[in-house]
Amino acid sequence: MISLIINGLEVSVEEGTTLLEAAKFLGFPIPTLCYMEGLSPYGACRLCVVEIGEGPKAKLVSSCTYPAEQGLRVRTASSRVVNARKMVLELLLATCPQSKVIQDLAAAHDVRQQRFKQEDEDCILCGLCTRMCEEQMMAKAIGFRGRGENRDLGTPFDVRSEECRLCGGCMYVCPACQLRCTYNEPERAVCGGCANLSPPCVEKDQFDDMMCYMDPCVACEQETE
Amino acid sequence: MKTDDVAGIIEKRRDDRGSLIYILEDIQAKYGYLPADALRAVAEKTGRSLVDIYGVATFYRSFSLKPRGRHLVSVCLGTACHVRSAPIIAEEFERQLGIAAGETTTDREFTLETVNCLGACALGPIVVVDGHYFSNVNVATVKKIIQKATVGLDKVEIKGDERIFPVEVSCPRCNHTLMNPEHLIDSYPSIRVIASFGDKHSWVALSSLYGSYHVESEFEIPEDTVVHLFCPHCHAELIGATDCVECGAPMVPMIVRGGGLVQICSRRGCKGHMLELGEVEV
Repeated sequence: MISLIINGLEVSVEEGTTLLEAAKFLGFPIPTLCYMEGLSPYGACRLCVVEIGEGPKAKLVSSCTYPAEQGLRVRTASSRVVNARKMVLELLLATCPQSKVIQDLAAAHDVRQQRFKQEDEDCILCGLCTRMCEEQMMAKAIGFRGRGENRDLGTPFDVRSEECRLCGGCMYVCPACQLRCTYNEPERAVCGGCANLSPPCVEKDQFDDMMCYMDPCVACEQETE
Repeated sequence: MKTDDVAGIIEKRRDDRGSLIYILEDIQAKYGYLPADALRAVAEKTGRSLVDIYGVATFYRSFSLKPRGRHLVSVCLGTACHVRSAPIIAEEFERQLGIAAGETTTDREFTLETVNCLGACALGPIVVVDGHYFSNVNVATVKKIIQKATVGLDKVEIKGDERIFPVEVSCPRCNHTLMNPEHLIDSYPSIRVIASFGDKHSWVALSSLYGSYHVESEFEIPEDTVVHLFCPHCHAELIGATDCVECGAPMVPMIVRGGGLVQICSRRGCKGHMLELGEVEV
């Protein structure tokens, strides 16, 4: 067992526990976006930053990937952490302003607007869908491609992959979910999951029309009829 | 057919762990690009998922998923080349070839790409065509470079390739010059020495271009023969302490004018050579 101090409270956890799990155990809220129980932590969104260490050596780390260390002092809501988180949210908002998930997170952290050039991307490269596809669905049908500003997600050669079972898991976990948008071009569709899975706007009350990117939004239209 | 080739490449690399990049490099060397069928074959044979292989293939700039032209033109847009107006040179190439950077001409002759640094910043702007470096390129030389490449760079006069330069050498013992201005090889004075192999003695004229392996001799020296070379003036054998790293035969040392030592392998046909330049005053 490893004991560490989170926000002044001492806690003992098993070796290999991440700071995020330890903080959750104590009940300290840490916002996450690319983290999901059952999937390997990835540390892509940086929303879960916490401050560790003391004095000038204190630094920000992503709590979802940082393993607990003996005697480590962790602060989950210091002003530095809060500022960093707000900045991350602003940047995410600039990348993907229409995402309801990001909008909700931003609102919850008092970020009302962002100061950057709006990109209107349909993906924040959080990697949730690839991990879902690989680790839970055992398919490995989609993955990262390219690098730098050309990095994107999809199937090899942009064609329907034989590994894909149309499970729709990738859309289900996607915080910026626009993957289903490609349904208009069946050949390029990642999985065509929208054809057999109702989109989140049907199931969850908090999603409004803004969430739906299908053109036309097939499933919802069927629902309203 | 293709699949067989790919299978061979994979089989050859089977024992290496983490050999995916080598496999892809070999495939690219064979076809000039990475065909989709080949990537599928790699996935099948190595048991990796196609997604991972595709991810690696698209991550590295050196891999191409599209067929490339016969000649690859790389224009450096690194910082040093950039400030010396490399973007204008890239534009000129685009205009002359009628393609954008990253594209291949419809006749499959040229592929134009821009790179971020070729590590020869002092010589910028740099353009590399089929492995041949062109330094201090300006808009006016673009056309010449394309012409040279069309003819085939290996056939072009060696003078144009600035990696190859003539050296003037002398005997390490008597320091008498070994240059023979009356016998030209590669249009430069040749290096004249006496060669001995078996029971034969003959004069040998070596090209003085560093990087050229042109040799003329009185008797034909068979391939793979290790010869003894002698100074034609003091008749001392030209022999040093080192052996060739390529084949193990003794290296033949000669003094380079201006300071330094050039060593060539004494085995006929072996391309082992090295140049150690001393402090050259410019």
